[in-house]
Amino acid sequence: MIRVVLMLGVLVFGSTGGEIAITYGMKATGEPEELRPRALLRFLGRAFRNVWFWAGVPLMALSFYSLLVLLSWEPISLVIPASALSYVVGTFGAKYVLGEDVTLARWAGVVLVCLGVALVAAG
Amino acid sequence: MATERRLRIKTLVMVFAMVVCANTGDLLLKRGMSQIGAVQLSMAGLSHAFRLTVSNGTIWVGIIFLSGFMLSYMTVLSWADYSYVMPAGAFGYAVLTFLAVFILHESVSSRRWVGVVLICVGVLLVGQTKPRTTEARADLPKEVAA
Repeated sequence: MIRVVLMLGVLVFGSTGGEIAITYGMKATGEPEELRPRALLRFLGRAFRNVWFWAGVPLMALSFYSLLVLLSWEPISLVIPASALSYVVGTFGAKYVLGEDVTLARWAGVVLVCLGVALVAAG
Repeated sequence: MATERRLRIKTLVMVFAMVVCANTGDLLLKRGMSQIGAVQLSMAGLSHAFRLTVSNGTIWVGIIFLSGFMLSYMTVLSWADYSYVMPAGAFGYAVLTFLAVFILHESVSSRRWVGVVLICVGVLLVGQTKPRTTEARADLPKEVAA
């Protein structure tokens, strides 16, 4: 039981930590000037030179492997609903790490999405 | 107000591209891998599976879609809030359920339908908030800030 909870912690914090690092990196990268191939290539070039982008990638890989390990221990109908907690943890991260303004409506939406994903994945 | 509207539209278009690319890519990978068959977990089995994987057209198209997902994900996060994009992306679960029912003719439990309704209401609630609530950062290079 403890190992499942610990691995779930690695999964949730790996995925949200990775995504938050990538978001931080992408905000520093800035928007592409236009949505055309040449501008998008320049945009990717800038993103790949950002250290926060590369901090996020191994964290997301870690969360992917912890998902595989969890799936080898427990049924998918338990693992995916539990990992829907990422939506709530990620929103806390967005508010306190990225400084985003999470209004009451957005919180309500996130909680509904989290419950909805849990129900859909549970079948 | 016009810029706010433009920001909302381009964010929703990118989130839609993310959802379509991720789901199509996953479905194509699944189809490609089932063409290859169960992978044997031995050196010979893995190298055989690797050769079949890199020569399978369906898998390559799947990889192109998943690269499209990554590009649209990175692009939308360059201007929109993470707490906006992340829940909006969950709309994919609802799309997959509709695809399962209307294209694959699978039966779906009432519990799953309740989940789809909650996701749709949640995404609508998040969707009507401002897509971007943070300012451009001071450490942006000049070419970007300009």
